[in-house]
Amino acid sequence: MTEKEIYERVRELCPDGVGGFDEEVPEPFFKVEPARVLEVCRTLRDDDALKFHVLSDLTAVDLPKENVIQVVYHLYSYDSKQQIVLKADVDRDAARIATVEDIWKVANWFEREVFDLFGVLFDGHSDLRRILLPEDWVGYPLRKDFVEQEEYDGISTERAPLVPENLR
Amino acid sequence: MSEAAGSTGLHTEDMTLNVGPQHPSTHGVLRFVVKTDGEVINEAIPDVGYLHRSIEKIGEKCTWHGYVPYTDRADYLAAMFANQGFCMAAERLGGVEVPPRGEYCRVIACELNRVASHLIAVGTFGQDIGAITPFLHALRERESINDLMEEICGARLTYNYLRIGGVGYDIKPETCARIAAFLDHFEPIVDEYNRLLSNNKIFIERLADVAVISKEDALQYNLVGPNLRASGVQWDIRRDIPYSVYPELDFEVPVGRGERGTQGDSYDRYYVRIRELLESCRILRQCLDKMPEGPAVAKVARKFKPPAGETYVRIEAPRGDMGYYVVSDGSEYPYRVRIRTGSFTAMSIIDKISPGIMVADLIALIASLDVDAPEIDR
Repeated sequence: MTEKEIYERVRELCPDGVGGFDEEVPEPFFKVEPARVLEVCRTLRDDDALKFHVLSDLTAVDLPKENVIQVVYHLYSYDSKQQIVLKADVDRDAARIATVEDIWKVANWFEREVFDLFGVLFDGHSDLRRILLPEDWVGYPLRKDFVEQEEYDGISTERAPLVPENLR
Repeated sequence: MSEAAGSTGLHTEDMTLNVGPQHPSTHGVLRFVVKTDGEVINEAIPDVGYLHRSIEKIGEKCTWHGYVPYTDRADYLAAMFANQGFCMAAERLGGVEVPPRGEYCRVIACELNRVASHLIAVGTFGQDIGAITPFLHALRERESINDLMEEICGARLTYNYLRIGGVGYDIKPETCARIAAFLDHFEPIVDEYNRLLSNNKIFIERLADVAVISKEDALQYNLVGPNLRASGVQWDIRRDIPYSVYPELDFEVPVGRGERGTQGDSYDRYYVRIRELLESCRILRQCLDKMPEGPAVAKVARKFKPPAGETYVRIEAPRGDMGYYVVSDGSEYPYRVRIRTGSFTAMSIIDKISPGIMVADLIALIASLDVDAPEIDR
């Protein structure tokens, strides 16, 4: 099954869930409507012809020019040795999308990481807390416009140069 | 805290314990909040992030070539693989062809690194559950590999050996001879580990049937590498999504067979690694035989600017599928680098597996998953 066929199959099963398909790029992907992400993912996992039992990776890319954060899903099927990439564009100012935790358990931690570093809220997530950064950290570091806070917990985040300027 | 009166009418209470954040099982800085009923765990909540060094963010600030040394730090026990993932992603985006000798040098360095990493896994495994001696035996052999690595690339831990387009230094014939001599010495040593650990009754009793991970759970939580294979899924990226020169090499993919108990128990996860040690030796011998002549690195522009695009590269690291999702916008700097590591997903399954096991078995579970804190936190 090629990526094109996978796309056709998904479009057949949930017609208003998927957007454009890009096959010009080496690793073809298709767009998913953020509101329909659960339906599309469930189809991809449960349909007998697709059987994407594994969520390899879930991450995001910040695109400030288009004012979107792109949530990227990499699915894999051990049966057909096939990869498919899904992308859901969410609004940068009110970034939220449904969780896929109920479909693949591993999404729990992946989504916590995306929330931690990009500030995307996952509706219905069972435990949406920061995972890598401290709980009182301000801002989402992997957003392109992130400005580091000047001090954290009374410690300056600026580091003095190891060698004084005039000796370098 | 829940309180309940048992059938005997005695007053019982759940205990909340803090495990860590110092090395609870010598795999780096991990912390667990454990809720127990006596010795039995009701819940173990992992707390990660102590080693977060924002390697992904650094990737957006460095040039393509300049980022390679940083990838070492993503997993310092298997730095070569982290190098390789990023270099392969950059090569795929920029359309760079690696010369055959470069590929062989990469595979030799990687497989040596895999042996070193599995030795740490096996050694600390023994240490975690109370056997100190095997750890020293494992580290003794790893020391020889470190010496070989130093000879290959000048570093012993964070190698920075791979370049976009090949490797930094060719492996000399003298070094090849020394690697072959090491293999002759090392293969019988695996028997020693078997005598010391694998066939040790106490060791088996501690691990067999402990913390069994079913195939379904392994897929749901996306376990990868040896942990996935121990649960009975024969899946190895070197064989199934071939890259580099692995298609030319002949090797087996060991899977868990329920050696001493149930398929997918801690003992299987341990034993799969022992068998992989021998497979890596086999790969190394073939590489030493087949190594072609020629340059070890392709010509790549200093100002490397791959065209806009994105790629997801998978490689088989010692802790399983390491994924690099790299986005380029055509500039001198990567637009986004995402490193998906095996330990991160392995850590998330602890929540699921831990209820009902003993506190001491939790340590065995962590050790058997071979989680590595720098790789979880990046």
